[in-house]
Amino acid sequence: MNLVLHPLTLTTFLPLVGILVILFLKPEWKNAIRWIALLTSIATFAISVVMLTYFQVGNPDMQMEINTPWFQFVDWTISYHMGVDGLSVLLVMLTTLLTPISILSTWSAIEDRVKEFMIFFLLLELGMVGVFVSLDLFLFYIFWEFSLVPMYFIIGMWGGPRRMYAALKFFLYTMAGSILMLLAILWLGINQGTFSVTELISRGSIPASIQFWLFLAFAAAFAIKVPMWPLHSWLPDAHVEAPTAGSVILAGVLLKLGTYGFLRFNLSMFPNAAIKLAPWMAGLATIGILYGAAVSYAQKDVKKLVAYSSVSHLGFVMLGLFALNPQGIEGGILQMVNHGLSTGALFLIVGMIYERRHTREMNAFGGLWKVMPIYGALTLVVTLSSMGLPGLNGFVGEFTILLGSFGSAHVSPWFAGLSTAGIILAAIYLLFMFQKLFLGPLDKDENKILKDINWREIITLVPLLIFIFWIGLYPKPFFVIMGPAVSKLVNIIQAAATAGLP
Amino acid sequence: MTLTDLLINMKVVLPLAVLIAWACVLLLVDLFIPKGHKGWTALIAALGLVLCLGLTIVQFRQASSGFNGMVVYDGYSFFLNILFLSSGLAGIALAYDYIKRMQIERGEYYVLLLFSISGMMLMSQANDLIVVFLALELLSIPLYVLAGFTRPRLESEEASLKYFLMGAFAGGFLVFGIALVFGATGTTNLSAVFTAINNHIADLPLLTVGAALILVGLGFKVAAVPFHMWTPDVYHGAPSAVTAFMSVGAKAGGFAALLRIFISAFPSLSTDLTMILWTISALTMFLGNVVAIAQSNIKRLLAYSSIANAGYILMALVPYGNSAVSSETVSAALFYLVAYALTSFGAWAVVIALEKAEGQGLALDDYAGLARKYPLLAASMAIFMLSFTGVPPTLGFMGKFYLFRTVIQGGYLGLALIGVFTSLISAYYYLRVIVIMYMREGEPVASKEFWVQFTAAVTAVLVIVLSLAAGPLLNLASRAVLSTF
Repeated sequence: MNLVLHPLTLTTFLPLVGILVILFLKPEWKNAIRWIALLTSIATFAISVVMLTYFQVGNPDMQMEINTPWFQFVDWTISYHMGVDGLSVLLVMLTTLLTPISILSTWSAIEDRVKEFMIFFLLLELGMVGVFVSLDLFLFYIFWEFSLVPMYFIIGMWGGPRRMYAALKFFLYTMAGSILMLLAILWLGINQGTFSVTELISRGSIPASIQFWLFLAFAAAFAIKVPMWPLHSWLPDAHVEAPTAGSVILAGVLLKLGTYGFLRFNLSMFPNAAIKLAPWMAGLATIGILYGAAVSYAQKDVKKLVAYSSVSHLGFVMLGLFALNPQGIEGGILQMVNHGLSTGALFLIVGMIYERRHTREMNAFGGLWKVMPIYGALTLVVTLSSMGLPGLNGFVGEFTILLGSFGSAHVSPWFAGLSTAGIILAAIYLLFMFQKLFLGPLDKDENKILKDINWREIITLVPLLIFIFWIGLYPKPFFVIMGPAVSKLVNIIQAAATAGLP
Repeated sequence: MTLTDLLINMKVVLPLAVLIAWACVLLLVDLFIPKGHKGWTALIAALGLVLCLGLTIVQFRQASSGFNGMVVYDGYSFFLNILFLSSGLAGIALAYDYIKRMQIERGEYYVLLLFSISGMMLMSQANDLIVVFLALELLSIPLYVLAGFTRPRLESEEASLKYFLMGAFAGGFLVFGIALVFGATGTTNLSAVFTAINNHIADLPLLTVGAALILVGLGFKVAAVPFHMWTPDVYHGAPSAVTAFMSVGAKAGGFAALLRIFISAFPSLSTDLTMILWTISALTMFLGNVVAIAQSNIKRLLAYSSIANAGYILMALVPYGNSAVSSETVSAALFYLVAYALTSFGAWAVVIALEKAEGQGLALDDYAGLARKYPLLAASMAIFMLSFTGVPPTLGFMGKFYLFRTVIQGGYLGLALIGVFTSLISAYYYLRVIVIMYMREGEPVASKEFWVQFTAAVTAVLVIVLSLAAGPLLNLASRAVLSTF
């Protein structure tokens, strides 16, 4: 396949075309800019769907791999090395799906500096897809760090009152982790002589004693991004201040960069260390689940509630990944997608009401169902999905994760047991939220005149709802896509576990 | 020395000699250029630089030495001379409108610039400590004058005097160090010093002290902590166009000498000197970046940033004694110097575009709202700030990547850790500039002068493009080896 017309190159870099066009449009032509951005992101989604048709289900290896030398860094060959496998392909799809939805959600929310907003948004998509598909550590790092920049601008320029603080905190926190990873990448380059992720994994020649430190250095970057307790404090600030579209992408995709990083790098490249540290990671994940849930319950601001619920939900993902068995990891991957769908939808929902009332305080609402029935119904579905109601997507993910971690040979079943409480807590705070917003008397005058959501807003939610039901009712295709790659990964870990025994 | 000998020797320093001659002639020609038309002087000076640039590129075939080994010409000086000459061009581009606007348009400006560049070029070619000293003075004295170019303004005069006094002081250290090295080895030729140490006929304690004093002398020039005190005041007081040139040229000149002296003469002293270099580098990175946080004036902020950057470049020098990485030490430092030069010139171009008479328009708050009113200018400044921070895809990132690689390869993981953490600190104040430009409202006024905007735009593009297509520059830097004669 050709270098430029390769499906992965196209999926990654197509947003650049839109950016180039937008650059030549006048800032006043807001609708033209919006349409170009939307069409570009839809085209990107279309190409990623085409990419998915090339994807061979059942093949555990990298597919559509592209590997050409980029430049020579003294004795290192930096390669333009991309590929997808069962671990990453769903996340690429999630990214390309959420981006047009987010852009559509900004139609009336972003009026100021639309041109810059759309440029940053498309750059963000480029960076995120790049992270998921790059298989060269150098290339990966470039996308990884780069994806910070547009998000920083999106939070800082279009965010709430404390946006500058939140943007700076977001950037500094994430960079703090990344620089440790950079040193680890350099170490790998110096001592292993290659940046190729696939080669490092298949070689498996990193000494176990060093793996421990490399694991920690990579984990620093990913744990902040996930975010794992106790490194989560940037998240509520960033979420609360970010504009709706920013929050959707932040929760929907950016956090997945962290969990994906664990999956692709920490588990695959440093299996010995992963086994050794699995109980610790699972422990932190469990704390995150319970802590996130408890703090969510205490929130008065809907957006903050959803933000903290992310800490809890991502804790489930981490618990699943570090169960180190097929169910756990598959559940973890599925839960990444689920969280992207449900929490993305929740942020859209919060954004819709914020656009109408310019407040997110739960006390300011009540009885909204009477004036906004469609909105209420859709919110109910999303809330239930986030809670993990059987029949919807959240249940499948969380159930598989718990199944995996109960049966894990590497982490104690206690973690799974405690985490189950997280599901109950989730039900409490989410239903509590729903109740406060939609039920009860419609006693505020400002709320009585609210209009129900319009077609555009419904369209932003529908694709997410389709997947919420699809995964909830028939998750098999998703498991089939990731299955072989996950078993391959588990085999690597298993091999390391047996070889590591004295 | 016969005439033919002289001619053969002159070939080694041909671009340099041409530049000095050009500057001397320009000094005379300038007398006939009427006031108000000094743009012609700028043009002639720029032509001279382009001519020398051409000569440098055409001339380089193989390494050679001349004047009894006092000066050499090798891949190292080839690379640096190109950097110096290009910096000169950038310096002229930035000054052209600026000195008109500040009403300090005098032809000497460009002549002094040329002389200073010739000093830098001599620095990169010097293979003898005496020539190093000579080059240092040739580099510095025009800069002292340039720093005070906005004459009746007190700040400018203060900058000039301070720079001169500190420079003289540093020169004293350097000469003293040279004297001690001479006392210890009986020679000032770098290759001969190296041989003397290797043959164990050098007085080691004396030599080590001498080397340390040379480090002090040059440490002043590159603004390494604790010899950095002059930097903020001088950078602040000097006309911005001069500061821009100084922050790149003088620093690169200092490093040109530092790298050559340490790597070609003192590799066996590395056991003693490495610890000193390690400490200076760590302190410089730390102090420069931490103090920069507190600055509210963009010139002072960039001054501290330039101090911090000296620390990063010094980091490459730390493992210089390890022969396995010493060649990478050079190329990493040179590569970073290019990254720093482009980023720095770009940032200063933006500063110059926003500066108004009487030192107005230099507070960080004056940048509020820049993104709305001048999106391109703000975007380039944002690129420079991200490049300084080391965020990909910028040249600053590539430079730091190379530096950290060299340091880790040399076995100094601790220093690399300090390096990355101070980069994190630096992110705070570089991002603040972006925050002010993009996230606050204001009514900035920027001048629409062509050359300043041109410099900002070209450097911004280069900072991105050269990082995505880093191959050629990396290749060039890796061929910039020091030759010994």
